[in-house]
Amino acid sequence: MSKTTLTRRGVLRTGAVAGAGVALPTIFTASSARAFTNEPTGGSVTLGFNVPQTGPYADEGADELRAYELAVEHLNGGGDGGMMQTFSSKALEGSGILGKKVEYVTGDTQTKSDAARASAKSMIEKDGAIMITGGSSSGVAVAVQGLCQEAGVIFMAGLTHSNDTTGKDKKANGFRHFFNAYMSGAALAPVLAKAYGEDRKAYHLTADYTWGWTQEESIKAATEALGWETVEAVKTPLAQTDFSSYIAPVLNSGADVLVLNHYGGNMVNSLTNAVQFGLREKQANGKNFEIVVPLFSRLMARGAGENIKGILGSTNWHWSLQDEGTKAFVKSFGTKYGFPPSQAAHTCYVQTLLYADAVQRAGSFDPCAVAEALEGYEFDGLGNGPTLYRAEDHQCFKDVLVVRGKENPTSEFDLLEVVEITPRGQVEYAPDHPMFAGGALGSCNPGV
Amino acid sequence: MDAIILQILNGLDKGSAYALIALGLTLIFGTLGVVNFAHGALFMIGAFCAVTLNRLLTLSHQVVDETRTDFLGNPLKVDVPYMQDIFGEATGAAIIDWSVPLAILFSIPIMIGFGVIMERGLIKHFYKRPHADQILVTFGLAIVLQEVIKQIFGANPIPTPAPDVFRGSFDFGTMLGFDPNVIIYPYWRLVYFGFAAIIIGAVFAFLQFTTFGMVVRAGMADRETVGLLGINIDRRFTIMFGLAAAVAGLAGVMYAPINSPNYHMGMDFLVLSFVVVVVGGMGSLPGAVLAGFLLGILESFASMNQIKSILPGIDQIIIYLVAIIILLTRPRGLMGRKGVMED
Repeated sequence: MSKTTLTRRGVLRTGAVAGAGVALPTIFTASSARAFTNEPTGGSVTLGFNVPQTGPYADEGADELRAYELAVEHLNGGGDGGMMQTFSSKALEGSGILGKKVEYVTGDTQTKSDAARASAKSMIEKDGAIMITGGSSSGVAVAVQGLCQEAGVIFMAGLTHSNDTTGKDKKANGFRHFFNAYMSGAALAPVLAKAYGEDRKAYHLTADYTWGWTQEESIKAATEALGWETVEAVKTPLAQTDFSSYIAPVLNSGADVLVLNHYGGNMVNSLTNAVQFGLREKQANGKNFEIVVPLFSRLMARGAGENIKGILGSTNWHWSLQDEGTKAFVKSFGTKYGFPPSQAAHTCYVQTLLYADAVQRAGSFDPCAVAEALEGYEFDGLGNGPTLYRAEDHQCFKDVLVVRGKENPTSEFDLLEVVEITPRGQVEYAPDHPMFAGGALGSCNPGV
Repeated sequence: MDAIILQILNGLDKGSAYALIALGLTLIFGTLGVVNFAHGALFMIGAFCAVTLNRLLTLSHQVVDETRTDFLGNPLKVDVPYMQDIFGEATGAAIIDWSVPLAILFSIPIMIGFGVIMERGLIKHFYKRPHADQILVTFGLAIVLQEVIKQIFGANPIPTPAPDVFRGSFDFGTMLGFDPNVIIYPYWRLVYFGFAAIIIGAVFAFLQFTTFGMVVRAGMADRETVGLLGINIDRRFTIMFGLAAAVAGLAGVMYAPINSPNYHMGMDFLVLSFVVVVVGGMGSLPGAVLAGFLLGILESFASMNQIKSILPGIDQIIIYLVAIIILLTRPRGLMGRKGVMED
């Protein structure tokens, strides 16, 4: 009979050694692949949709959220698949992303930079979001992009039109599908010259913040290059609601075109005021007085009502386009929600698919691998024709639409008609273009 | 010279809105001693009365138009307003066109009722509480009201046009011997100014020439003595609250075509209107009106390019700058009375 001495200390020692032995291979495998923020471990992956749910852009945010929900449904294999059917890349199979079911959390940007950063931070830290996307303002996009860079997650910008987002404030972890102010100017100027002539004098009213400044600079440069003269450019406070005191002096300034570098509520009010003053029925310098709104959105057009009719502007995308991608998306969105999607909804849907596709192609959720898969990526079938995600600044290059307020709309969503599809070549610029100078992309940050 | 006349004209309509809101604020403060931060919300609700009436008048049924298709390729459903079915196409369209002026009649009972319920249901419980409590509860109410409106009507501005005959602008310049198009002013803004003048005149006449008004003025001067004389001053003050709500509401109704109403418009006016009340002198009705127009016109001048080129950004701070100067030189405001908020 042998005597076994089993002590507490002995059991602990043996257990620790055995535990370390079992854990050893895992430690080695873990260190062989790079760790990154919020690496998904279970059977699902969480995306963070940061959109304005309250505040003046809440309606635009609601449309973005509808698009995100649709994208998630399609990624998980639900619905009719939407633009996944027409997308040139066939990496997505409707089985989530890398086999993981896509889930999402939402945050409210309130269209305030600090609130947007706080909601993005909470989604990254508390909810484990691997990617942040959305937004309806350039101020917010720049702020959240900076946060995502620090946190080590990918930021797929929503609606942001300032040159700075992929100009002086560009970041390696940030990507923009939406077009920018420079592209608006480059696309719009030739159409304006054709419609209103090359001998025109323009008066600019500009919202006094990052987007307004770059928009004014871009439109001025593009129109002056075609022979237009800029008579005056006046900055208006962002919080302004009544623009009458800014519009009243316009007719007597020698100008015959008014350019409204305003967005959202600013644009609705300034355009309404300008029409009230009867500017569009007036003559100046022997020509009909004209109003131009360089950046249009459907939600703004709805706010401005009748006043939008006949006015030229530009958009990133419009549901009336007849390519296969657009038709698939409009059908999918329209069937689910009962009305056509806005350009904000489109860019958000596309950004989600592009992110998912990049992960799938990279075979990893690692932000640096995803960024690499997106950089220099050429794709088609997502509603804008052949598109390039340029590696140097993470800006998408694609055709730009010049649109006009429709004279006889058939519904409250049918407010704009496409006047011209400006080819991509005409809106391209060098990465070191002066309007985009300053700042550096830096290197990608995987976090942790 | 022409630029100066132009900016004075411009200041008039903005000043009218400030004056109307400040008048209501002062009425409430003078009678009930309550600092009503929900007054901007009453202005906003007035504007949404115009939106609501417009929606009611344009209630439609759908008729399928087989010749056209919607965005999904199905036959287009065209909205036909019931008003056109009932009154014929021309008359129905004319009634819809005149929805904003019609909303004046629609909004008066709504706003008075709203004001009375607000006073009886909430504000009266705060009469004896410090001003800070009154500010908190009325500010909270303003936020609740604006969120309710946003829930119902959405966050986007809603276009609410004036009748077609008021489209375009009047050329003052040619009347005064200037070239055409130098001094132009939209017709609807002229209507707004005229409307504001009538309302302000009516409120003053009501207080000055009616027995009811006399009692209210007596109550404003010495509430206790009027009460001791056996007059139920509380009931009259409640009616005055309703009246002040109606004044703010009417200012909102008529403002709807100037800027498309949105849920936030009340807050945009509220802070400025308080500055107007303080500059005019707390509790002084003529002071509120005077300061409203004065600040409206000054704000217009500050947005002139010539002035902005010398003092950039002056258009954003002018009102507060003037308020500081006036309060430093005349601490009771332009026409403030001694003893108001000084105990």
